[in-house]
Amino acid sequence: MTDTEELRRRTAELLAAHPPADTDRLDFLRARFDAGLAWVHFPEGLGGLGAPRSLQPVVDAELAAAGAPDNDPRRIGIGLGMAAPTILQYGTEEQKRRFLRPLWTGEEVWCQLFSEPGAGSDLAALGTRAVREGEDWVVNGQKVWTSSAHLARWAILIARTDPDVPKHRGITYFVCDMTDPGVEVRPLRQITGEAEFNEVFLTGVRIPDSRRLGEVGDGWRVAQTTLNNERVAIGGARLPREGGMIGPVSKTWRERPELRTHDLHQRLLKLWVEAEVARLTGERLRQQLVAGHPGPEGAGMKLAFARLNQEISGLEVELRGEEGLLYDDWTMRRPELVDFTGRDAGYRYLRSKGNSIEGGTSEVLLNIVAERVLGLPAEPRTDKDVAWKDLAR
Amino acid sequence: MSTTIPMSPSAQPGLLYSEEEEALRAAVRDLLTDHCDPAGVIARTESDAPHDRALWKSLTEGMGLAGLLVPEEYGGQGAGPREAAVVLEELGRAVAPVPYLTSAVVATEALLACDAGDLLAELASGRRIGALGVGLHLAPGAAFTAVRLEGGALHGELTGIADAAVADVLLVPADDGGLYAVDAADATVTAQTSLDLTRPVATVALDGAPGRRLGDADTAVRRALRAGAGLLASEQLGLADWSLTETVRYLKERKQFNRPVGGFQALKHRLAQLWLEVVHLRAAARNASDALATGRDADVAVAVAQAYAAAVAVRAAEEALQLHGGIGMTWEHPVHLYLKRAKADSIAYGTAGAHRAALAGLVELPAP
Repeated sequence: MTDTEELRRRTAELLAAHPPADTDRLDFLRARFDAGLAWVHFPEGLGGLGAPRSLQPVVDAELAAAGAPDNDPRRIGIGLGMAAPTILQYGTEEQKRRFLRPLWTGEEVWCQLFSEPGAGSDLAALGTRAVREGEDWVVNGQKVWTSSAHLARWAILIARTDPDVPKHRGITYFVCDMTDPGVEVRPLRQITGEAEFNEVFLTGVRIPDSRRLGEVGDGWRVAQTTLNNERVAIGGARLPREGGMIGPVSKTWRERPELRTHDLHQRLLKLWVEAEVARLTGERLRQQLVAGHPGPEGAGMKLAFARLNQEISGLEVELRGEEGLLYDDWTMRRPELVDFTGRDAGYRYLRSKGNSIEGGTSEVLLNIVAERVLGLPAEPRTDKDVAWKDLAR
Repeated sequence: MSTTIPMSPSAQPGLLYSEEEEALRAAVRDLLTDHCDPAGVIARTESDAPHDRALWKSLTEGMGLAGLLVPEEYGGQGAGPREAAVVLEELGRAVAPVPYLTSAVVATEALLACDAGDLLAELASGRRIGALGVGLHLAPGAAFTAVRLEGGALHGELTGIADAAVADVLLVPADDGGLYAVDAADATVTAQTSLDLTRPVATVALDGAPGRRLGDADTAVRRALRAGAGLLASEQLGLADWSLTETVRYLKERKQFNRPVGGFQALKHRLAQLWLEVVHLRAAARNASDALATGRDADVAVAVAQAYAAAVAVRAAEEALQLHGGIGMTWEHPVHLYLKRAKADSIAYGTAGAHRAALAGLVELPAP
């Protein structure tokens, strides 16, 4: 068992051997990974030490204090939050060794090829086909809502490998090389004016069978690992009081007395309270995780986060009055980072509309809470025992 | 971000339940399961004695729970607000007609502010019940009615005094700025017909009643109401939790259109939403009780909890009623007890609006 003292000792050794001031950023990150201090809960040899996840902050604090570079986690969120846990759980030893180190250091950016124009909430209905040809799979289809696809070296991909069985059973999970000539990435402009996401067209893309994750036909189960981690990643950041969306509007309220009205005051206070209670709920969830008793509360955090972001940013646009009629910039861009609180109130208002859609719509999450947490019966289903090829579309 | 507003305390609040707190919860729940069934509570509300004195005796003399906030030197348990909050969750879940919040929390806190050792010991034992003589609707810091002090005796009338009907001693603010202990036998206490059948309010008339000055009324009342408001959130959590749990149980069982009603998505979404709010309320209530225990950030924590709790508890009870359909509208079904308590609680110790107004000052989001 690796304890706090042991981690401090190892961190000090890393810093002594690779003083951040005299070490190339990438060299330092690689050395950190090799010292098992990248994600301490991962196994030895794969960037970790098999230590409790709750001890990671010990390492992070020591390294930050020493001025060590980090791996810019926001730029590689999909790799860290979704691809890595899935590779760790389902990958072969060779896959883990090949992919995890450059994923963590940020040398290789990852994206996610899951959603399709015809498969949103009903993701299991996806139609991108993967057909076996010798040692390869040949993939044809279209994916959508793919952030970072234009920057990504690799993608996690789910595709249909057997159309003759019910939809959940005919899916297989792959690692797709985004430099394959059959991969075409087109920006997809959003209501904010930006193209944070892409459409990805897959035409005769060849994926060696050695880049399959999990068994053939088992891709739906593998994808659950990815999706559960996505929801944690979206709803789970630790915030100080007035962290998140409530911060900017509170600041505006304090600095701009001329904008204040009684109606806005009541609504602001109500949302301030809700944001603070949501923050406490996240903190309570974190304390449960540290204590080793994860509760079902996590399922709901993203629901709360989405609604609050939307209501708070909506209020902020209104608070700004005449300025609320303006928008900072409609120029089409392809940002490298997604920053929900970046830019101005109008951007925040529009961008947060996506919070209740991305990573599972709020409607789907409510079903998950109702069925898995409250144990209420599922709706009667007409699709469970129907072969995918016979589904209505 | 302004640096002058109170930010998160450097130490994170303890938002979980300790093993001891869970054991306390289990003991209280067992007692209530055996001695506080809904039919009994409903029957009692129709009698002249809505409070359950036998249950009070078990909770206090049997388990020592009236002394949780009282130091051991005064015969208490030397526990604190976190433990009292757990008791209140369970009492809320059973909508138990006992004067725990009013005597063991609010009156006790007033006595603690006055360092009134003898009365504290009596209230801690549960053999005597205390009631603070300020209207149940008042928020911490609100102006309250004081009775007249004339020739060493007290004169005047107070209204909306919760649980006064079972109180042995009344803690009454007088116009000299003092808080006075008045024996209930020296006052005329008249039950008011109350919305909340399980925590009825009463008028207290004093006509030359003798009183003993305990200390400064402003300080004592403010402290008492802050503790009452903060721990009320745990009672509201108990009410909401019962409403949700009981409704989910019923909707799994109740069949219409050849299906369990709980399988319809429109209802599932409402219950999932309610669950989410109960989860949030648990964090807010836990935070308030912890802040009252440590003294860190307590004004903000209490105001946040009370600005949030009322709407959740009321909505939970309203949803329980609606989703039970016709049976929920009957006197026989206990959901109305929860609705009435939740609605009264939304006024008790200050409305959500009053607490939001307090927050406006505390976190520097001033009104126009």
